[in-house]
Amino acid sequence: MLKLENVVTHYGNIQALKGISLEISRGEIATVIGANGAGKTTTLKAICGLVGVTSGKIFFEEKDITGKPTPDIVSSGIAMVPEGRRIFPRMSVLENLQLGAYLNNDKNDVRKDMERVFELFPILKQRLKQVAGTLSGGEQQMLAIGRALMAKPRLLLLDEPSMGLAPMIVSSIFDIITEINQSGTTILLVEQNAQMALSIAHKGYVLETGRIVMEDTAENLLHNEQVKKAYLGE
Amino acid sequence: MFFQQFFAQVMNGLTLGSTYALIALGYTMVYGILELINFAHSEIYMTGAFVGLIMVTVYKLPFAAALLAGMAGSCILGVIIEKIAYRPLRKATRIAPLISAIGVSIFLQNAALLVFGPQARAFPANFSAAALNFGFVQISSLQLLILVISVLLMIGLHLLIHRTKIGQAMRATAQDKETAQLMGIRIDRVISFTFAIGSALGGAAGVLVGVYFNSADPMMGFFPGLKGFVAAVLGGIGNIPGAMVGGLILGLAEVFGAVYMSQYKDAIAFAVLILILLFKPTGLMGRRIQEKV
Repeated sequence: MLKLENVVTHYGNIQALKGISLEISRGEIATVIGANGAGKTTTLKAICGLVGVTSGKIFFEEKDITGKPTPDIVSSGIAMVPEGRRIFPRMSVLENLQLGAYLNNDKNDVRKDMERVFELFPILKQRLKQVAGTLSGGEQQMLAIGRALMAKPRLLLLDEPSMGLAPMIVSSIFDIITEINQSGTTILLVEQNAQMALSIAHKGYVLETGRIVMEDTAENLLHNEQVKKAYLGE
Repeated sequence: MFFQQFFAQVMNGLTLGSTYALIALGYTMVYGILELINFAHSEIYMTGAFVGLIMVTVYKLPFAAALLAGMAGSCILGVIIEKIAYRPLRKATRIAPLISAIGVSIFLQNAALLVFGPQARAFPANFSAAALNFGFVQISSLQLLILVISVLLMIGLHLLIHRTKIGQAMRATAQDKETAQLMGIRIDRVISFTFAIGSALGGAAGVLVGVYFNSADPMMGFFPGLKGFVAAVLGGIGNIPGAMVGGLILGLAEVFGAVYMSQYKDAIAFAVLILILLFKPTGLMGRRIQEKV
Protein backbone atom coordinates (compact mmCIF):
# COMPACT_ATOMS: atom_id res chain seq x y z
CA MET A 1 0.00 0.00 0.00
CA LEU A 2 2.84 2.35 0.96
CA LYS A 3 6.34 1.87 -0.32
CA LEU A 4 9.46 3.92 0.30
CA GLU A 5 12.46 3.26 -1.93
CA ASN A 6 15.80 4.60 -0.80
CA VAL A 7 14.40 7.89 0.47
CA VAL A 8 17.02 10.52 1.27
CA THR A 9 16.21 13.90 2.84
CA HIS A 10 18.27 16.85 3.96
CA TYR A 11 17.89 19.68 6.45
CA GLY A 12 20.26 22.20 4.93
CA ASN A 13 23.51 20.31 4.47
CA ILE A 14 22.70 17.67 7.01
CA GLN A 15 21.43 14.37 5.72
CA ALA A 16 18.52 13.33 7.92
CA LEU A 17 17.38 10.17 6.15
CA LYS A 18 20.16 8.24 4.49
CA GLY A 19 18.19 5.97 2.21
CA ILE A 20 15.09 4.55 3.87
CA SER A 21 13.17 1.69 2.29
CA LEU A 22 10.05 0.25 3.80
CA GLU A 23 6.81 -1.33 2.71
CA ILE A 24 3.43 -1.53 4.39
CA SER A 25 0.61 -3.77 3.19
CA ARG A 26 -3.07 -2.96 3.36
CA GLY A 27 -4.65 -3.57 6.75
CA GLU A 28 -1.37 -3.67 8.66
CA ILE A 29 -0.07 -1.77 11.64
CA ALA A 30 3.57 -1.08 10.96
CA THR A 31 5.77 0.69 13.44
CA VAL A 32 9.04 2.55 13.22
CA ILE A 33 10.89 2.67 16.52
CA GLY A 34 14.10 4.46 17.35
CA ALA A 35 15.71 7.00 19.62
CA ASN A 36 15.36 10.77 19.53
CA GLY A 37 16.81 12.20 16.34
CA ALA A 38 16.89 8.90 14.48
CA GLY A 39 14.66 10.32 11.72
CA LYS A 40 11.26 8.91 12.68
CA THR A 41 9.37 12.17 12.36
CA THR A 42 11.29 13.08 9.22
CA THR A 43 10.17 9.81 7.64
CA LEU A 44 6.51 10.68 8.26
CA LYS A 45 6.99 14.26 7.09
CA ALA A 46 8.63 13.02 3.90
CA ILE A 47 5.63 10.77 3.22
CA CYS A 48 3.18 13.66 3.48
CA GLY A 49 5.34 16.09 1.59
CA LEU A 50 6.17 18.39 4.50
CA VAL A 51 9.87 17.64 4.04
CA GLY A 52 11.40 17.61 0.58
CA VAL A 53 12.84 14.34 -0.69
CA THR A 54 16.36 14.67 -2.14
CA SER A 55 16.36 11.29 -3.83
CA GLY A 56 14.36 8.07 -3.76
CA LYS A 57 10.69 7.41 -4.40
CA ILE A 58 7.51 7.17 -2.35
CA PHE A 59 4.55 5.20 -3.70
CA PHE A 60 1.06 5.16 -2.23
CA GLU A 61 -1.32 2.56 -3.70
CA GLU A 62 1.07 2.14 -6.64
CA LYS A 63 1.05 5.87 -7.43
CA ASP A 64 4.21 7.94 -7.17
CA ILE A 65 3.57 10.70 -4.61
CA THR A 66 7.18 11.86 -4.23
CA GLY A 67 7.42 15.64 -4.11
CA LYS A 68 3.67 16.24 -4.40
CA PRO A 69 2.19 19.12 -2.39
CA THR A 70 0.85 18.07 1.02
CA PRO A 71 -2.84 18.84 0.27
CA ASP A 72 -2.69 16.52 -2.78
CA ILE A 73 -1.20 13.73 -0.68
CA VAL A 74 -3.88 14.23 1.97
CA SER A 75 -6.62 14.10 -0.63
CA SER A 76 -5.18 10.86 -2.02
CA GLY A 77 -6.00 9.17 1.32
CA ILE A 78 -3.19 9.74 3.81
CA ALA A 79 -3.74 11.57 7.10
CA MET A 80 -1.24 12.34 9.81
CA VAL A 81 -1.44 12.87 13.55
CA PRO A 82 1.60 15.06 14.07
CA GLU A 83 4.07 14.90 16.92
CA GLY A 84 2.93 16.96 19.89
CA ARG A 85 -0.67 16.69 18.60
CA ARG A 86 -0.67 20.11 17.00
CA ILE A 87 -4.36 20.74 17.45
CA PHE A 88 -5.46 24.30 16.67
CA PRO A 89 -5.36 25.60 20.25
CA ARG A 90 -7.52 28.70 19.81
CA MET A 91 -10.32 26.90 18.00
CA SER A 92 -13.12 24.81 19.42
CA VAL A 93 -13.09 21.02 19.34
CA LEU A 94 -15.84 21.19 16.71
CA GLU A 95 -13.78 23.47 14.47
CA ASN A 96 -10.74 21.24 14.80
CA LEU A 97 -12.81 18.29 13.64
CA GLN A 98 -14.32 20.33 10.80
CA LEU A 99 -10.84 21.25 9.62
CA GLY A 100 -9.95 17.57 9.51
CA ALA A 101 -12.69 17.23 6.91
CA TYR A 102 -11.57 20.34 5.04
CA LEU A 103 -11.44 18.57 1.67
CA ASN A 104 -14.86 16.97 2.08
CA ASN A 105 -17.62 19.24 0.82
CA ASP A 106 -20.49 16.87 1.56
CA LYS A 107 -21.94 18.19 4.83
CA ASN A 108 -24.02 15.10 5.59
CA ASP A 109 -21.01 12.92 5.08
CA VAL A 110 -18.94 15.10 7.41
CA ARG A 111 -21.65 14.78 10.06
CA LYS A 112 -21.61 10.99 9.75
CA ASP A 113 -17.84 10.88 10.08
CA MET A 114 -18.06 13.06 13.13
CA GLU A 115 -20.54 10.64 14.73
CA ARG A 116 -18.03 7.87 14.11
CA VAL A 117 -15.31 9.89 15.82
CA PHE A 118 -17.65 10.44 18.80
CA GLU A 119 -18.18 6.68 19.05
CA LEU A 120 -14.42 6.23 19.41
CA PHE A 121 -13.96 9.27 21.66
CA PRO A 122 -17.21 10.09 23.51
CA ILE A 123 -15.40 12.74 25.56
CA LEU A 124 -14.98 14.90 22.46
CA LYS A 125 -18.73 15.16 22.06
CA GLN A 126 -19.04 16.57 25.59
CA ARG A 127 -16.25 19.05 24.89
CA LEU A 128 -17.50 20.11 21.47
CA LYS A 129 -17.69 23.86 22.16
CA GLN A 130 -14.61 23.99 24.35
CA VAL A 131 -11.47 25.75 23.11
CA ALA A 132 -9.08 22.96 22.16
CA GLY A 133 -6.08 24.51 23.93
CA THR A 134 -7.82 23.99 27.28
CA LEU A 135 -8.22 20.22 26.87
CA SER A 136 -6.03 17.83 28.85
CA GLY A 137 -3.10 16.19 27.06
CA GLY A 138 -4.96 12.91 26.58
CA GLU A 139 -8.04 14.69 25.25
CA GLN A 140 -5.87 16.69 22.87
CA GLN A 141 -4.38 13.46 21.56
CA MET A 142 -7.86 12.05 21.05
CA LEU A 143 -8.83 15.21 19.22
CA ALA A 144 -5.74 14.99 17.02
CA ILE A 145 -6.57 11.39 16.10
CA GLY A 146 -10.26 12.22 15.61
CA ARG A 147 -9.34 15.15 13.39
CA ALA A 148 -7.14 12.92 11.23
CA LEU A 149 -9.96 10.36 10.91
CA MET A 150 -12.28 13.10 9.64
CA ALA A 151 -10.24 13.03 6.43
CA LYS A 152 -11.29 9.36 5.87
CA PRO A 153 -7.73 8.17 5.47
CA ARG A 154 -6.89 4.74 4.09
CA LEU A 155 -3.45 5.19 5.63
CA LEU A 156 -3.07 6.86 9.01
CA LEU A 157 0.35 8.13 10.12
CA LEU A 158 0.77 8.52 13.87
CA ASP A 159 3.75 10.38 15.30
CA GLU A 160 4.44 9.56 18.97
CA PRO A 161 0.85 9.34 20.18
CA SER A 162 2.11 8.32 23.65
CA MET A 163 4.23 11.44 24.16
CA GLY A 164 3.70 13.12 27.51
CA LEU A 165 0.70 11.03 28.50
CA ALA A 166 0.03 9.01 31.65
CA PRO A 167 0.44 5.24 31.18
CA MET A 168 -3.28 4.56 31.61
CA ILE A 169 -4.18 7.05 28.91
CA VAL A 170 -1.45 5.67 26.66
CA SER A 171 -2.93 2.20 26.86
CA SER A 172 -6.43 3.42 26.09
CA ILE A 173 -5.10 5.40 23.11
CA PHE A 174 -3.33 2.28 21.85
CA ASP A 175 -6.55 0.26 22.24
CA ILE A 176 -8.27 2.78 20.04
CA ILE A 177 -5.48 2.65 17.47
CA THR A 178 -6.01 -1.11 17.28
CA GLU A 179 -9.75 -0.54 16.90
CA ILE A 180 -9.20 1.94 14.06
CA ASN A 181 -6.96 -0.58 12.35
CA GLN A 182 -9.53 -3.36 12.72
CA SER A 183 -12.14 -1.23 11.00
CA GLY A 184 -9.93 -1.19 7.93
CA THR A 185 -7.40 1.65 8.20
CA THR A 186 -3.76 0.84 7.57
CA ILE A 187 -1.49 2.40 10.17
CA LEU A 188 2.09 3.56 10.30
CA LEU A 189 3.02 4.28 13.89
CA VAL A 190 6.19 6.04 14.94
CA GLU A 191 7.09 5.63 18.61
CA GLN A 192 9.79 5.94 21.21
CA ASN A 193 7.68 3.72 23.45
CA ALA A 194 8.87 0.58 21.66
CA GLN A 195 7.15 -1.81 24.06
CA MET A 196 3.69 -0.37 23.42
CA ALA A 197 4.25 0.05 19.71
CA LEU A 198 5.53 -3.47 19.09
CA SER A 199 2.75 -4.97 21.20
CA ILE A 200 0.04 -3.73 18.81
CA ALA A 201 1.97 -3.74 15.51
CA HIS A 202 2.27 -6.51 12.95
CA LYS A 203 5.59 -5.40 11.64
CA GLY A 204 8.41 -3.19 12.88
CA TYR A 205 11.40 -1.25 11.66
CA VAL A 206 14.25 -0.02 13.82
CA LEU A 207 15.65 3.31 12.77
CA GLU A 208 19.09 4.53 13.82
CA THR A 209 20.60 7.84 12.66
CA GLY A 210 18.72 7.93 9.38
CA ARG A 211 19.07 4.26 8.46
CA ILE A 212 16.86 1.24 8.95
CA VAL A 213 19.02 -1.22 10.85
CA MET A 214 16.46 -3.95 11.44
CA GLU A 215 13.11 -5.06 10.13
CA ASP A 216 11.01 -7.99 11.20
CA THR A 217 7.62 -8.99 12.52
CA ALA A 218 6.75 -7.10 15.67
CA GLU A 219 6.65 -10.40 17.55
CA ASN A 220 10.25 -11.23 16.61
CA LEU A 221 11.49 -7.74 17.40
CA LEU A 222 9.94 -7.90 20.85
CA HIS A 223 12.07 -10.98 21.54
CA ASN A 224 15.20 -9.81 19.79
CA GLU A 225 18.09 -9.42 22.24
CA GLN A 226 19.48 -6.26 20.65
CA VAL A 227 16.09 -4.58 20.57
CA LYS A 228 15.44 -5.59 24.14
CA LYS A 229 18.69 -4.04 25.25
CA ALA A 230 18.50 -0.85 23.26
CA TYR A 231 14.77 -0.03 23.27
CA LEU A 232 12.90 -2.11 25.78
CA GLY A 233 15.10 -1.37 28.76
CA GLU A 234 15.75 -4.96 29.70
CA MET B 1 -22.92 74.23 23.78
CA PHE B 2 -20.23 72.16 25.44
CA PHE B 3 -22.13 68.99 24.66
CA GLN B 4 -22.50 69.98 21.01
CA GLN B 5 -18.77 70.54 20.64
CA PHE B 6 -17.97 67.39 22.53
CA PHE B 7 -20.27 65.39 20.31
CA ALA B 8 -18.73 66.91 17.19
CA GLN B 9 -15.25 65.93 18.40
CA VAL B 10 -16.39 62.41 19.18
CA MET B 11 -17.77 62.15 15.65
CA ASN B 12 -14.48 63.47 14.23
CA GLY B 13 -12.55 60.98 16.32
CA LEU B 14 -14.72 58.04 15.35
CA THR B 15 -14.58 58.94 11.67
CA LEU B 16 -10.82 59.25 11.68
CA GLY B 17 -10.52 56.20 13.93
CA SER B 18 -12.65 54.01 11.71
CA THR B 19 -10.36 54.72 8.76
CA TYR B 20 -7.33 53.90 10.95
CA ALA B 21 -9.11 50.71 11.93
CA LEU B 22 -9.61 49.72 8.29
CA ILE B 23 -5.91 50.31 7.62
CA ALA B 24 -4.89 48.51 10.81
CA LEU B 25 -6.87 45.43 9.74
CA GLY B 26 -4.65 45.02 6.69
CA TYR B 27 -1.51 45.11 8.83
CA THR B 28 -2.86 42.82 11.47
CA MET B 29 -4.27 40.21 9.06
CA VAL B 30 -0.99 39.94 7.19
CA TYR B 31 0.96 39.86 10.45
CA GLY B 32 -1.37 37.21 11.82
CA ILE B 33 -0.68 34.89 8.93
CA LEU B 34 2.94 35.64 7.97
CA GLU B 35 4.38 37.53 10.96
CA LEU B 36 5.36 40.22 8.51
CA ILE B 37 4.77 43.97 8.77
CA ASN B 38 3.64 44.84 5.28
CA PHE B 39 5.11 48.34 5.00
CA ALA B 40 3.78 48.61 1.46
CA HIS B 41 0.29 48.80 2.99
CA SER B 42 0.51 52.63 3.03
CA GLU B 43 0.86 52.60 -0.74
CA ILE B 44 -1.93 50.06 -1.14
CA TYR B 45 -4.09 52.62 0.68
CA MET B 46 -2.84 55.44 -1.55
CA THR B 47 -3.55 53.36 -4.66
CA GLY B 48 -7.14 52.84 -3.48
CA ALA B 49 -7.57 56.60 -3.18
CA PHE B 50 -6.20 57.24 -6.68
CA VAL B 51 -8.25 54.50 -8.32
CA GLY B 52 -11.33 55.96 -6.62
CA LEU B 53 -10.39 59.45 -7.76
CA ILE B 54 -9.89 58.35 -11.36
CA MET B 55 -13.25 56.59 -11.38
CA VAL B 56 -14.97 59.75 -10.15
CA THR B 57 -13.14 62.35 -12.23
CA VAL B 58 -12.37 60.52 -15.48
CA TYR B 59 -15.21 58.03 -15.71
CA LYS B 60 -17.78 60.11 -13.78
CA LEU B 61 -18.85 57.09 -11.77
CA PRO B 62 -20.93 57.46 -8.60
CA PHE B 63 -19.33 57.12 -5.16
CA ALA B 64 -20.32 53.49 -4.55
CA ALA B 65 -18.76 52.36 -7.83
CA ALA B 66 -15.60 54.37 -7.09
CA LEU B 67 -15.35 52.77 -3.66
CA LEU B 68 -15.66 49.28 -5.11
CA ALA B 69 -13.14 50.06 -7.84
CA GLY B 70 -10.69 51.48 -5.30
CA MET B 71 -11.05 48.33 -3.21
CA ALA B 72 -10.57 46.12 -6.27
CA GLY B 73 -7.48 48.06 -7.36
CA SER B 74 -5.86 47.78 -3.95
CA CYS B 75 -6.85 44.14 -3.68
CA ILE B 76 -5.12 43.25 -6.96
CA LEU B 77 -2.05 45.31 -6.03
CA GLY B 78 -1.80 43.59 -2.63
CA VAL B 79 -1.96 40.12 -4.17
CA ILE B 80 0.70 41.00 -6.76
CA ILE B 81 3.01 42.47 -4.10
CA GLU B 82 2.76 39.29 -2.05
CA LYS B 83 3.52 37.11 -5.08
CA ILE B 84 6.49 39.15 -6.27
CA ALA B 85 8.04 40.61 -3.15
CA TYR B 86 7.20 38.27 -0.24
CA ARG B 87 6.51 34.75 -1.49
CA PRO B 88 10.04 34.15 -2.87
CA LEU B 89 11.35 35.16 0.58
CA ARG B 90 9.02 32.91 2.59
CA LYS B 91 11.90 30.74 3.80
CA ALA B 92 14.46 33.55 4.10
CA THR B 93 15.47 35.23 7.36
CA ARG B 94 12.76 37.38 8.94
CA ILE B 95 14.44 40.65 8.07
CA ALA B 96 14.50 39.94 4.31
CA PRO B 97 10.76 40.28 3.57
CA LEU B 98 10.66 43.33 5.85
CA ILE B 99 13.32 45.05 3.75
CA SER B 100 11.51 43.91 0.64
CA ALA B 101 8.33 45.53 2.01
CA ILE B 102 10.10 48.85 2.55
CA GLY B 103 11.50 48.58 -0.99
CA VAL B 104 8.06 48.00 -2.46
CA SER B 105 6.74 50.96 -0.49
CA ILE B 106 9.41 53.35 -1.83
CA PHE B 107 8.99 51.98 -5.35
CA LEU B 108 5.23 52.52 -5.33
CA GLN B 109 5.49 56.04 -3.88
CA ASN B 110 7.87 57.03 -6.65
CA ALA B 111 5.85 55.28 -9.33
CA ALA B 112 2.83 57.30 -8.21
CA LEU B 113 4.92 60.51 -8.23
CA LEU B 114 5.90 59.76 -11.82
CA VAL B 115 2.36 59.03 -12.96
CA PHE B 116 0.35 61.59 -10.99
CA GLY B 117 2.92 64.26 -10.14
CA PRO B 118 3.57 65.56 -6.61
CA GLN B 119 0.59 67.92 -6.33
CA ALA B 120 -2.55 66.87 -4.51
CA ARG B 121 -5.65 66.16 -6.60
CA ALA B 122 -9.11 67.14 -5.46
CA PHE B 123 -12.32 65.18 -5.66
CA PRO B 124 -15.14 67.02 -7.46
CA ALA B 125 -17.40 69.31 -5.50
CA ASN B 126 -20.48 67.11 -5.59
CA PHE B 127 -18.69 64.88 -3.09
CA SER B 128 -18.54 67.52 -0.40
CA ALA B 129 -20.49 67.15 2.79
CA ALA B 130 -23.95 68.24 3.75
CA ALA B 131 -24.77 68.78 7.40
CA LEU B 132 -27.49 66.59 8.78
CA ASN B 133 -29.50 67.93 11.69
CA PHE B 134 -30.54 65.60 14.47
CA GLY B 135 -32.28 67.91 16.91
CA PHE B 136 -29.52 69.94 18.48
CA VAL B 137 -26.58 67.94 17.14
CA GLN B 138 -25.22 68.14 13.66
CA ILE B 139 -23.48 65.35 11.79
CA SER B 140 -21.78 65.72 8.46
CA SER B 141 -23.26 63.33 5.91
CA LEU B 142 -19.75 62.35 4.90
CA GLN B 143 -18.80 61.38 8.44
CA LEU B 144 -21.91 59.28 8.74
CA LEU B 145 -21.17 57.61 5.41
CA ILE B 146 -17.59 56.78 6.43
CA LEU B 147 -18.73 55.37 9.76
CA VAL B 148 -21.48 53.26 8.23
CA ILE B 149 -19.25 51.88 5.48
CA SER B 150 -16.43 51.11 7.90
CA VAL B 151 -18.75 49.33 10.30
CA LEU B 152 -20.34 47.33 7.47
CA LEU B 153 -16.91 46.30 6.18
CA MET B 154 -15.80 45.24 9.64
CA ILE B 155 -18.97 43.21 10.21
CA GLY B 156 -18.44 41.63 6.80
CA LEU B 157 -14.86 40.76 7.70
CA HIS B 158 -15.94 39.25 11.01
CA LEU B 159 -18.52 37.04 9.29
CA LEU B 160 -16.00 36.04 6.62
CA ILE B 161 -13.47 34.97 9.20
CA HIS B 162 -15.81 33.19 11.58
CA ARG B 163 -18.60 31.84 9.41
CA THR B 164 -16.99 30.67 6.17
CA LYS B 165 -14.73 27.83 5.23
CA ILE B 166 -12.05 30.10 3.80
CA GLY B 167 -12.17 32.12 7.03
CA GLN B 168 -11.64 28.94 9.01
CA ALA B 169 -8.73 28.07 6.72
CA MET B 170 -7.26 31.54 7.34
CA ARG B 171 -7.42 31.09 11.10
CA ALA B 172 -5.94 27.60 10.87
CA THR B 173 -3.10 28.84 8.66
CA ALA B 174 -2.41 31.69 11.09
CA GLN B 175 -2.20 29.27 14.03
CA ASP B 176 -0.11 26.51 12.46
CA LYS B 177 0.90 26.45 8.80
CA GLU B 178 2.28 22.94 8.73
CA THR B 179 -0.76 21.37 10.35
CA ALA B 180 -3.05 23.46 8.14
CA GLN B 181 -1.43 21.78 5.14
CA LEU B 182 -2.06 18.40 6.73
CA MET B 183 -5.77 19.30 6.75
CA GLY B 184 -5.55 19.74 2.98
CA ILE B 185 -5.45 23.55 3.08
CA ARG B 186 -3.44 25.14 0.26
CA ILE B 187 -1.75 27.78 2.32
CA ASP B 188 -0.42 29.79 -0.63
CA ARG B 189 -3.99 30.42 -1.71
CA VAL B 190 -5.03 31.32 1.80
CA ILE B 191 -2.14 33.77 2.09
CA SER B 192 -3.07 35.36 -1.26
CA PHE B 193 -6.66 35.62 -0.10
CA THR B 194 -5.58 37.29 3.14
CA PHE B 195 -3.60 39.89 1.22
CA ALA B 196 -6.58 40.40 -1.08
CA ILE B 197 -8.99 41.11 1.78
CA GLY B 198 -6.58 43.17 3.88
CA SER B 199 -5.61 45.27 0.86
CA ALA B 200 -9.22 45.79 -0.20
CA LEU B 201 -9.97 47.20 3.28
CA GLY B 202 -6.93 49.48 2.99
CA GLY B 203 -8.17 50.60 -0.44
CA ALA B 204 -11.60 51.36 1.01
CA ALA B 205 -9.93 53.51 3.67
CA GLY B 206 -8.00 55.29 0.92
CA VAL B 207 -11.15 56.18 -1.01
CA LEU B 208 -13.00 57.25 2.14
CA VAL B 209 -10.18 59.46 3.40
CA GLY B 210 -9.61 60.85 -0.11
CA VAL B 211 -13.24 61.93 -0.26
CA TYR B 212 -13.27 63.16 3.36
CA PHE B 213 -10.24 65.42 3.04
CA ASN B 214 -11.02 66.01 -0.61
CA SER B 215 -7.53 65.22 -1.79
CA ALA B 216 -5.23 62.47 -2.97
CA ASP B 217 -1.48 62.62 -3.47
CA PRO B 218 1.35 60.09 -3.82
CA MET B 219 2.65 60.62 -0.28
CA MET B 220 -0.77 60.51 1.36
CA GLY B 221 -0.22 56.96 2.63
CA PHE B 222 2.73 57.78 4.82
CA PHE B 223 1.10 59.07 8.00
CA PRO B 224 -2.16 57.10 7.86
CA GLY B 225 -0.08 54.00 7.13
CA LEU B 226 2.08 54.53 10.20
CA LYS B 227 -0.97 55.34 12.30
CA GLY B 228 -2.78 52.26 11.08
CA PHE B 229 0.28 50.31 12.14
CA VAL B 230 0.22 51.97 15.57
CA ALA B 231 -3.49 51.13 15.86
CA ALA B 232 -2.72 47.49 15.05
CA VAL B 233 0.02 47.37 17.70
CA LEU B 234 -2.23 49.16 20.18
CA GLY B 235 -4.93 46.54 19.74
CA GLY B 236 -2.42 43.68 19.74
CA ILE B 237 -0.82 42.89 16.40
CA GLY B 238 -2.37 39.85 14.75
CA ASN B 239 -5.63 40.37 16.63
CA ILE B 240 -8.53 41.43 14.40
CA PRO B 241 -10.97 42.89 16.96
CA GLY B 242 -7.89 44.54 18.51
CA ALA B 243 -7.16 46.38 15.26
CA MET B 244 -10.73 47.71 15.16
CA VAL B 245 -10.64 48.90 18.77
CA GLY B 246 -7.07 50.22 18.40
CA GLY B 247 -8.08 52.30 15.38
CA LEU B 248 -11.04 53.89 17.15
CA ILE B 249 -9.05 54.65 20.31
CA LEU B 250 -6.25 56.20 18.28
CA GLY B 251 -8.70 58.33 16.29
CA LEU B 252 -10.35 59.63 19.44
CA ALA B 253 -6.99 60.22 21.17
CA GLU B 254 -5.78 62.23 18.22
CA VAL B 255 -8.85 64.41 17.94
CA PHE B 256 -9.10 65.14 21.66
CA GLY B 257 -5.35 65.56 21.99
CA ALA B 258 -5.41 68.09 19.15
CA VAL B 259 -7.84 70.25 21.14
CA TYR B 260 -5.04 70.96 23.63
CA MET B 261 -1.99 70.78 21.39
CA SER B 262 -3.00 70.97 17.79
CA GLN B 263 0.55 71.34 16.47
CA TYR B 264 1.45 67.93 17.91
CA LYS B 265 -1.49 66.05 16.36
CA ASP B 266 0.69 63.59 14.46
CA ALA B 267 2.96 63.04 17.46
CA ILE B 268 0.11 61.65 19.56
CA ALA B 269 0.00 58.37 17.67
CA PHE B 270 3.67 57.79 18.22
CA ALA B 271 3.46 58.73 21.88
CA VAL B 272 0.75 56.06 22.12
CA LEU B 273 3.05 53.59 20.35
CA ILE B 274 5.90 54.26 22.79
CA LEU B 275 3.59 53.93 25.79
CA ILE B 276 2.07 50.68 24.60
CA LEU B 277 5.47 49.16 23.82
CA LEU B 278 6.72 50.18 27.26
CA PHE B 279 3.79 49.05 29.35
CA LYS B 280 1.83 46.45 27.40
CA PRO B 281 3.80 45.21 24.40
CA THR B 282 1.21 42.55 23.56
CA GLY B 283 -1.34 45.31 22.97
CA LEU B 284 -4.75 45.80 24.56
CA MET B 285 -6.28 42.58 23.24
CA GLY B 286 -3.19 40.62 22.30
CA ARG B 287 -2.39 37.44 24.13
CA ARG B 288 0.79 35.74 25.08
CA ILE B 289 1.33 32.56 23.20
CA GLN B 290 0.92 29.66 25.52
CA GLU B 291 0.48 26.14 24.27
CA LYS B 292 0.45 22.78 25.90
CA VAL B 293 2.99 20.28 24.65
